[in-house]
Amino acid sequence: MAKIKPRVKVPRSVKAGEFFTVKTLINHKMESGQRKDKKTGKKIPRKIINFFEASFNGTPVFTADIQPAVSSNPFFQFSMKVDGPGKLAFKWVDDDGSVYETAKPIKIG
Amino acid sequence: MNLSRRQALALGGAVVTVSLVPIDFAMAASDEATKEAINAFTGGADIADGGVKLTTPEIAENGNTVPISVSAPGAVSIMIIATRNPNPGVVTFNFGAMAKPAAATRIRLAGTQNVIAVAKMADGTFRKTSNAVKVTIGGCGG
Repeated sequence: MAKIKPRVKVPRSVKAGEFFTVKTLINHKMESGQRKDKKTGKKIPRKIINFFEASFNGTPVFTADIQPAVSSNPFFQFSMKVDGPGKLAFKWVDDDGSVYETAKPIKIG
Repeated sequence: MNLSRRQALALGGAVVTVSLVPIDFAMAASDEATKEAINAFTGGADIADGGVKLTTPEIAENGNTVPISVSAPGAVSIMIIATRNPNPGVVTFNFGAMAKPAAATRIRLAGTQNVIAVAKMADGTFRKTSNAVKVTIGGCGG
């Protein structure tokens, strides 16, 4: 499987107290556990990202509890506002316990 | 607005299709699973209709990736349910104080079905809305 690489898009700078849009994408197969291996006829075990969290300076902003019905390469878009600059951290949790993380600075300007 | 005969017929057809859909789904065997999924989220509380905006495509050509977006002013969390998927639960969004109660994602739909959004409001009440989505090629393998 290709290396898992999260991608996040935030505005270069934001205005305090005004909503801005955050887009996140991570490449992941999101194996649903429903598919069958065509050769063996056995079910392919489930392996998905089951949790996503975005937090600003340590405070959770947006979380998602994810079921297998979310598409592969899960994409999430949400809006948020901040009062001051800081770090927006993103975390994806895999079924196998792996955690994929990235972060973006939020600048006021 | 002047409709040609052809347009008028097409419109009529669309209306009939939409009105038939809920009847089909009422007989779905997965109704129980849907109820259970909603109850797990609401704890059995009453759910009022409206107050939630769910945007879905009317016709999704590929059920593997159906773009949806949902918003509900005053909500603290929103659950998305696909009534005819093998497992009805899709995703639950939780919004912190800094987030706007709105989100967009892409989901899998096994076939033509209703997608329900249930929102939990800050005061503990629940609201929901439901959209029918026609799926040409279903997701979830098979």
